Amino acid sequence: MSAFPRAAELGLIGCHVCGLVISADMPDPDDAADELACPRCGSALHRRKPYSYMRTWALLIAAFLLYIPANVLPIMRTASLNDIDDNTIISGVVELWVKGSPDLAIIVFTASIVVPMLKFLSLGTLLLSSQRGSGWARPQRAKLYRLVEFIGYWSMLDVFVVALLTALVRFGLLSLVEPLPGVIFFGLTVVLTMLASMSFDPRLIWDGRDSDD
Amino acid sequence: MGTTPPEALLICEHCDTVYRRQPLAHGDVARCACCYAVLERHHGLSVNVMLALVLTAMIVFVQANMWPIVTLGLNGQLSGATLWGTIIVMWQQQAQVVAVLAAGTLFFFPLLKMSLLGWLLWFGRLGRRAPGFVPMMVTLHYLQPWTMSEVFVLGALVAIVKAHLYFDVMADPGIYAYAVLTLLITVFAGVDLRQLWELTPEDRA
Ligand SMILES: [Zn+2]
Ligand SMILES: [Zn+2]
Repeated sequence: MSAFPRAAELGLIGCHVCGLVISADMPDPDDAADELACPRCGSALHRRKPYSYMRTWALLIAAFLLYIPANVLPIMRTASLNDIDDNTIISGVVELWVKGSPDLAIIVFTASIVVPMLKFLSLGTLLLSSQRGSGWARPQRAKLYRLVEFIGYWSMLDVFVVALLTALVRFGLLSLVEPLPGVIFFGLTVVLTMLASMSFDPRLIWDGRDSDD
Repeated sequence: MGTTPPEALLICEHCDTVYRRQPLAHGDVARCACCYAVLERHHGLSVNVMLALVLTAMIVFVQANMWPIVTLGLNGQLSGATLWGTIIVMWQQQAQVVAVLAAGTLFFFPLLKMSLLGWLLWFGRLGRRAPGFVPMMVTLHYLQPWTMSEVFVLGALVAIVKAHLYFDVMADPGIYAYAVLTLLITVFAGVDLRQLWELTPEDRA
């Protein structure tokens, strides 16, 4: 046993939902015919989140596929008397930058481009390294996962901006803002990346530790 | 370890390391020695203070939703938006997905979260478990990541700056209510709701 006693080695399970510690003497409750339920909150007990790799990969790939149209397609149309302008996420950032709000441009760029890309790269790295049972930079990878979980939902920023501008800019022929399909793809991307990071089990980072300790 | 009852143990959710629970002093944070994740947090808020915060948040939330957030002016014409106005416009403009996302993350989930918390804390204050305690605690656990009012506030700020380029922009009371709500959410962010499980004794039927 390594310096840190692990629940799986001691025959203990922590409830994902309420945190209660239960001693389960079964070798692997995930294989048991009847699912073990938490005596306190009734949730199903698992040593690891079920099908973590498969679910996370599927959600991450789906999110990435939707992220492409989210960036390529325009997210918003601004129409005035003599001019129709379709904005993508990037052109919105550029507009903020050029028209004199570089600080907000950086915030929007971070929320809409950096955070989703960071999620794809981080979760991809976490999945690959954990599946290989790699012992490389474990504490840093654990930290990276917590960062991804913490900042993930801020990507919804641009979706709310488009929604608010659509509701506000209602001046008929003079000036009008309409949402375009890109914003729908983007909203779905954010939801899928959030689901992906939730279905990844960070304990997998530490599994297979005995091989290289 | 074999003799320690499981209730006296704590498992790090991030790496599966087992700890014996240590009593925490005021403001202490217990971190996992293996992966540095937060294990347990002792915040100074009593049940009464938490309940007061939740009730305040509910009042502010109602105001944030009723009052317009921003008003734009163009050649004397005015156009304002409330949260529900925004949701309805998105629905009408073929962006139903966005309308549903906004209605959930900005209205229904925050409202449900505050109502459940208020209910649980009201009974917790009397040292009792509220009717429906267990399913409500489970619901709160799953709701946790899906409330996004604070993101909306930042979004409103960005929208104001963008609109300012072409229109006269007037900030309305709704935006201030949202700002206060964000502040309350931040105060509450450090509260580990799981402590409610231990706060109130289980009724053995
Ligand atoms: Zn439980
Ligand atoms: Zn840990």
